[in-house]
Amino acid sequence: MRINFKHEWIETNIGLMLVLTMLAISVGGLVEIAPLFFIKKTVENVEGINVRPYTPLELRGRDIYIREGCYTCHSQMIRPFVDEKLRYGHYSLAAESQYDHPFQWGSKRTGPDLARVGGKYSNAWHVQHLIAPRSMVPESVMPNYPWLATTLLDLSDITGRMKALRAVGVPYSLTEAEREANVKKFGEQIAAQLHIADAKQNLVEQANLGNYDGDRAGVSEMDALVAYLQVLGTMVDFTRLDEDELVRSR
Amino acid sequence: MAITTFSSAEQYNFDIVKKFAVMAVVWAVVGMFVGVYIASELAWPFLNFDSPYISFGRLRPVHTGAVIFGFGGSALFATSYYVVQRTCQTRLISDGMASFTFWGWQAVIVLAALSYVSGYSQGREYAEMEWPIDILIEVVWVAYLILFVGTIMRRKQPHIYVANWFYLAFILATALLHTFNNLAVPVDLFSLKSYSLFSGTQDAMTQWWYGHNAVGFFLTAAFLGMMYYFVPKQAGRPIYSYRLSIVHFWALGFMYMWVGAHHLHWTALPDWTSTLAATFSILLLMPSWGGMINGIMTLSGAWDKLRTDPVMRFLIVALSFYGMSTFEGPMMSLKEVNALSHYTDWTVGHVHSGALGWVAMISFGSLYHMIPKLWDTKLYSTRLVEVHFWLATIGVLLYIIAMWVSGITQGLMWRATDEFGNLQYSFVESVAAMVPFYIMRAVGGAFFLSGAAIMAYNVFMTIRQGKQEAAALEARLAAKMAAVGA
Repeated sequence: MRINFKHEWIETNIGLMLVLTMLAISVGGLVEIAPLFFIKKTVENVEGINVRPYTPLELRGRDIYIREGCYTCHSQMIRPFVDEKLRYGHYSLAAESQYDHPFQWGSKRTGPDLARVGGKYSNAWHVQHLIAPRSMVPESVMPNYPWLATTLLDLSDITGRMKALRAVGVPYSLTEAEREANVKKFGEQIAAQLHIADAKQNLVEQANLGNYDGDRAGVSEMDALVAYLQVLGTMVDFTRLDEDELVRSR
Repeated sequence: MAITTFSSAEQYNFDIVKKFAVMAVVWAVVGMFVGVYIASELAWPFLNFDSPYISFGRLRPVHTGAVIFGFGGSALFATSYYVVQRTCQTRLISDGMASFTFWGWQAVIVLAALSYVSGYSQGREYAEMEWPIDILIEVVWVAYLILFVGTIMRRKQPHIYVANWFYLAFILATALLHTFNNLAVPVDLFSLKSYSLFSGTQDAMTQWWYGHNAVGFFLTAAFLGMMYYFVPKQAGRPIYSYRLSIVHFWALGFMYMWVGAHHLHWTALPDWTSTLAATFSILLLMPSWGGMINGIMTLSGAWDKLRTDPVMRFLIVALSFYGMSTFEGPMMSLKEVNALSHYTDWTVGHVHSGALGWVAMISFGSLYHMIPKLWDTKLYSTRLVEVHFWLATIGVLLYIIAMWVSGITQGLMWRATDEFGNLQYSFVESVAAMVPFYIMRAVGGAFFLSGAAIMAYNVFMTIRQGKQEAAALEARLAAKMAAVGA
């Protein structure tokens, strides 16, 4: 039997039009997104890459980074080009943002990329630069963020935040078994930081010990944000990675 | 005239169209004002005034939200409700639901803006709204879909007009994208803060699948729906090619959904995905230009209208910008070009040639066509439409030229090496080089904004005039009735 297709069928039948339109717009996403969850190579699995989740203090710093919309001007994704390697360091790996809910790769560099800013400047530099960027870099167009130094960090819902992240797959531990799994994967010290029950205590301790904002009185938002900036890009030791294996892994 | 209006007001729900049309103009002015302000913050950073509430990072989503969802969204609601009723020759199936979409949608825009300035953001571009607002959007959107499809089902014509296909695809795609891109787990039920379900690479891919199709469906397919109704109407001629509109519709709908990953070239996203996206981006040039040709050629035989009718000029210049930016887009999706253009102001310029040149201009033209009809009067001033047209055109050109120059300059400065293979410029030297272009961009934006403000005045006066005429007519009728009665 020969079917003589007429577009008129679709034009006169809203049900058919709904279904066919839905089909047409669904294919692209299905083909491009769904496999990323199943293809193991999507996130590099190479000996020596052991990215850890953020500590409670770093996590709160990251929340502030998102709150202030830093991603509207700063990327966190270094591309595999010579100039970017010279300027920022090794190109970014998928593994490095595997615990980033949401990702903060960004789309615009009004300011420089921050994927490997950790350790590049001192804490004091960051504090001064965040309070008054033009006092450190006269040509900068970044806003001043003086309120970060004067606002105490809200610690009240840190466990809630970690529990929510645990629910979406970040290995923060609630139970003893989960804690032990973290010890195996990340070592005793880091596993302790990832234990939700001790979150508040860990956060305050890290802030006091690190003294990121140069002010020992209380934990400020500045403490958290600087702690976050200082950890960016430092979790993978590229001197210990086999570059060939890295290339092959993709 | 009065008699027909009376009956068409009975026949159609124009009240909802009026509300959305007015809010489209209001949000255009508000959103573009915030845009000019943040553009000025980049040129003169003291404008951040050390205040968290107006610092660039928090205001930027206020700008994008107000122009895309406030102005664009309201214009789409207004025109889609107008077009679906006129082309189906039937009234919207429910006045209550229509009213709900209005108040719900306006609440979304206001709540989103308030939440951004107070520091609540999902940190996903164009989807910064936190989860309670996302749920409200979802509910409004389902109501919109039911209303739109229900009205089509009650049509008096066997055929569904092509403009409605595009509006339908836009409603469906937006529902799909919004739902999947906003999957998140809130910190608790009384907290606005949430964390996205996906992370890293998968999250990036989902976000840009959303991000680019917010452009593809919200800012393109839907506005093509507008084009397919208002261009033929204003030109007084049928659409150029029926066949081309069929190809245009299916090819555009199918292909757009593949191209989002071109925002992630050279990143940690696997190569196969971004290559596929680049391929479809190139292919997309064909349906895009097919649509543009279909629109512009509708004017063939009536080209003189371009000289005499400023509303027509808005529509046709919009289509020209559509053609220009849908050529530029595929070009920027080539990996080699993208290596230079990505992360620079070129992207910002590209977005605005589409957003100002295409989306805003086609909306202005459509609103100028529709508003006098809704209030049963003539435009208060065609002269002011003309002024608006030139301010808008000069504004867009200043904007995109500034961004082309600054974007390509940035890209070249970042990769420049000296004779020894060292980087030639520090990053901040590239920032310093941008200052004149940031000023030029702010000036271009100010031009565009002042055009929109003139439109707001013109629309206000048109509505007032319409109301006065209606009142005068009523008074005359009443007098006549009284005379007859006596």
